[in-house]
Amino acid sequence: MDVTATVLWFGPLRDHRGRATERVTVPEGTTLRALYAQLVPDLGLPVAFARNAHAVSGDEAVADGDEVVFLPPVGGG
Amino acid sequence: MAPVVQLVGTPLDAAALERAVADPGCGCTILFVGTTRDTFEGRRVVRLEYEAYAAMAVPVLRELADEAASRWPGVRVALAHRIGVVPVGEASVVIAVAAPHREAGYEASRFLIDALKARAPIWKKEIYDDGSAWKANPPGEPG
Repeated sequence: MDVTATVLWFGPLRDHRGRATERVTVPEGTTLRALYAQLVPDLGLPVAFARNAHAVSGDEAVADGDEVVFLPPVGGG
Repeated sequence: MAPVVQLVGTPLDAAALERAVADPGCGCTILFVGTTRDTFEGRRVVRLEYEAYAAMAVPVLRELADEAASRWPGVRVALAHRIGVVPVGEASVVIAVAAPHREAGYEASRFLIDALKARAPIWKKEIYDDGSAWKANPPGEPG
């Protein structure tokens, strides 16, 4: 059983991916941390995780219909 | 008052935020205005570009304002962050805090800018005359 989520990219990750959003389909049970490692295996950029606009642990699994964001180190202010 | 929280793509109006927190019960207003500097480690900065995950950033800013109002009773908060292109010398963030007494006002203002820099999902790109770089805030700031 697969689940489909929408990933929004911000900051350096948006530049790295060359796009603002993408849809991904992964096996049920895939964690956010595993999804990040799969999509961005080579950057060495630490991230925090958000699902549906809430900060969550990277150990949470992606659910069907989720909006997922990998949060690079922030720079507001 | 409910805190005023704004995430906007237009120039910030510090005076309007100051007016929004004014109250006869408050003896002071602390106005923090963060502006873009024209240099970074010797390189000339032409402009900054901010982007935000707005669906998360607005609730986070509201949480910070609520937290300040709860930690420093009587404090009234308005905060605004600009996104998109911010030319050198213009404000990227404005925090207005009115407080019954100045100690609480200064403390709440300092808390809000430190916590915003640590927690709000906002990213900043510095554009130099010879390149660009995403700039993260240093870790370990309070908040």
